[in-house]
Amino acid sequence: MIHTRNLPFITTLGIFVLAYILCVTQYPNMLSTRVIGNLLTDNAFLGIAAVGMTFVILSGGIDLSIGSVIAFTSVFVAVVIGSLGVHPLVAFAAVLVISTIFGSAMGAMIRYLGIPPFVVTLAGMFLARGAAYLISTQSVPIAHPVIDAIQGFYFRVPGGGRLTALALLMLLVFLVGAFIAARTRFGANIYAIGGNQQSAELMGVPVGPTTIGIYALSGFLSGLAGIAYTLYTSSGYSLATVGVELDAIAAVVIGGTLLTGGVGLVAGTFIGIMIQGLIQTYIVFDGTLSSWWTKIVIGILLFVFIVLQRGIIWYSDRRLAEARLKEV
Amino acid sequence: MTDSNLLLEARGIGKAFLGIPALDNVDFTLGRGEIHALLGENGAGKSTLIKILTGVYSRDRGTLHLDGAEVTPASVADAQKLGIGTVYQEVNLLENLTVAENLYLGRQPTRFGMIDKREMRRRSQALLSRYGLDIDVDALLSSYSVAIRQIIAIARAVDLSGKVLVLDEPTASLDSNEVETLFAVLRRLRDEGLGIVIITHFLNQVYAVADRVTVLRNGCLVGTRDLADLPRLELISMMLGRELQHITRDHHAPEETPVTDGEAPIRFEGYGKRGSVAPFDLSVRPGEVVGIAGLLGSGRSETAFLMFGIDRADSGTATIDGKPISLTSPERAIAHGFGFCPEERKTDGIIGDFSVADNIALALQARQGWAKPISAKDKQALAEGFIKSLDIRPASTEKPIKLLSGGNQQKAILARWLATGPRLLILDEPTRGIDIGAHAEILKMIERLCAEGMSLVVISSELEELTAVAHRVIVLSDRRHVAELVGKQVTTDNILQAFASREEAA
Repeated sequence: MIHTRNLPFITTLGIFVLAYILCVTQYPNMLSTRVIGNLLTDNAFLGIAAVGMTFVILSGGIDLSIGSVIAFTSVFVAVVIGSLGVHPLVAFAAVLVISTIFGSAMGAMIRYLGIPPFVVTLAGMFLARGAAYLISTQSVPIAHPVIDAIQGFYFRVPGGGRLTALALLMLLVFLVGAFIAARTRFGANIYAIGGNQQSAELMGVPVGPTTIGIYALSGFLSGLAGIAYTLYTSSGYSLATVGVELDAIAAVVIGGTLLTGGVGLVAGTFIGIMIQGLIQTYIVFDGTLSSWWTKIVIGILLFVFIVLQRGIIWYSDRRLAEARLKEV
Repeated sequence: MTDSNLLLEARGIGKAFLGIPALDNVDFTLGRGEIHALLGENGAGKSTLIKILTGVYSRDRGTLHLDGAEVTPASVADAQKLGIGTVYQEVNLLENLTVAENLYLGRQPTRFGMIDKREMRRRSQALLSRYGLDIDVDALLSSYSVAIRQIIAIARAVDLSGKVLVLDEPTASLDSNEVETLFAVLRRLRDEGLGIVIITHFLNQVYAVADRVTVLRNGCLVGTRDLADLPRLELISMMLGRELQHITRDHHAPEETPVTDGEAPIRFEGYGKRGSVAPFDLSVRPGEVVGIAGLLGSGRSETAFLMFGIDRADSGTATIDGKPISLTSPERAIAHGFGFCPEERKTDGIIGDFSVADNIALALQARQGWAKPISAKDKQALAEGFIKSLDIRPASTEKPIKLLSGGNQQKAILARWLATGPRLLILDEPTRGIDIGAHAEILKMIERLCAEGMSLVVISSELEELTAVAHRVIVLSDRRHVAELVGKQVTTDNILQAFASREEAA
């Protein structure tokens, strides 16, 4: 049975499949594991961050600090490994702890000071970006045997495609994310809070710990996305990833998650990321189109999805009203 | 009641907010297998008492014993653990989740740390079947009616708590069949030994379902009585603290009926909107109350929306004093001297964080135009005048209006329109969710306004209310005006017959 609440996801999936078929009819080469492998690798950091954003939006919140935290993470990791000679794994662990604490602190402010998420994470955005500048305003290259090993690692799949460590990491994050959303109490509580925070509280949902958990998770995943970005570019740069939080929001919304919270799927966000990646790949294949077309298509898709969501709400309201009329 | 039967015992409960006492030395007892009604006018302290029992507020004074042991619920979750569950008026479930997810939120059955959805579905079906509900538990809650949601909420609360069930106005949005279904569930739970506390405004329902009643007034205990030997009039005077005055009239004396012939100055002809209300004729004379009766979904409120320009009519004309007017927005309607008190007071009527004075001045300001602000002094004087004449309590102009009780909020909204000196005032369910005392005052006020020559349109689902105030009643059915009753014809029987005749014709 298809719930109306899953309709946006199914629509997104349909649009993706359709778009992919259209691309392939024009450029048959796009149907190769190589293209798909690159699609996953190139969007790994955005995908990881978007999983965190999915949880935040499902709870009815927003996290604007993601791009800044990614930049901070990449600079921090690059400087700590490059200048201080710390082992990369230690640096990764340290930065994940920092970003998780940073996220929890924002969650605590949202919950206990009653400040809207928009404002708190806006402050977080400036703070993390500022901290990144403070560490270094240069692009800091990194080179370390461990990092080289991770970058060089991949599974070869039939057809010549490569499933890199980054792609695997993103897929793993999506799988774990989907599991958390669908199969854990924490996940159920997030949907409940997104549906109606007051009701959720009256039903005994621990709103405080859950809210902190959501932003801690988003912080952690931003940190992880930062690590992925560092590995992807082999450097840390404090001016990088400006506005990535908005790309993440776009992926989440295109993936069918309601911006008002309470309805959506982690799998939808994956498709949202893939659609963005697909458009970029198409532009690369075409060779003549400006890369800004990506933004234009994303903009159009966002409009389509917002209208679609309104339409579904309107439709289900009307059906409910009709059902009520029949009862009378 | 014997001591062994005692389930919940509250003694000397006191609670104050910012130094103002909301509850003072209140005793309350609940036995096993008892349905206990908690009554009182708005502001009597019912909600405060309930919130103390269910862990929303902490008490300042007094003791609370459950099953003989002293308890202090620190939160809703804590109260649930102790065995006290609550179902609120606004059903506190989540529409974006499925029925099963709602039933087991926070206590999902797990296997290897994962939510076991199959087990959750199985348990949900088993749980609901005990309430005679055989529904798809994987469907979204929003796909079910309020009555079914109410039963789901009760099933959840009872399953969670198991000793005491508190229901805060559970029947406010149910029709009579649904109320009966709900009461059957309550009686069964009572027979299983549950203690049930029910808050409601409907006295019929109190007598239909409750065993004992506790009445509160102004935060103090008036008394606890067995309903079997408590005459209704006595119960009402316990609640009001005074003998009931003559507040309603059942039949109009002929001389009270205004002249029904002659030209009515405000006329709607062939006025309608497709998909909303079929074209209707309606005219109102000065000093006349036109009632609009209809079942839920019959187009009552939609008629008002058209008349006030909230919805745009796609057929017909509206005229005042023979001149055609266009009602394309509420702003225009206000300019023509119309006023409208909507049904959903909390969402469409008041602006909760604004002060009482600001809320009262709102419509007058809109009519004057925002370029000419009403001075603080004038606003204060205006508000004080209405607070006095309408007896709005507490008599403070500066209090945010959301802190007032429902009846007083309604009076403030009335004041808002009266300040504009309207020719036509449309009241949609003016007495919904209001206690008996305020109810009578609002009816009186309608009569007074009408005597002063104002035209009124009153929409109400309570037929007694319509027969009490209206000179003429227009009956709606199936989004169509089906009958118009005038003068002596205005009786509840005739209105019901008008509903019924339409059903037969259809």
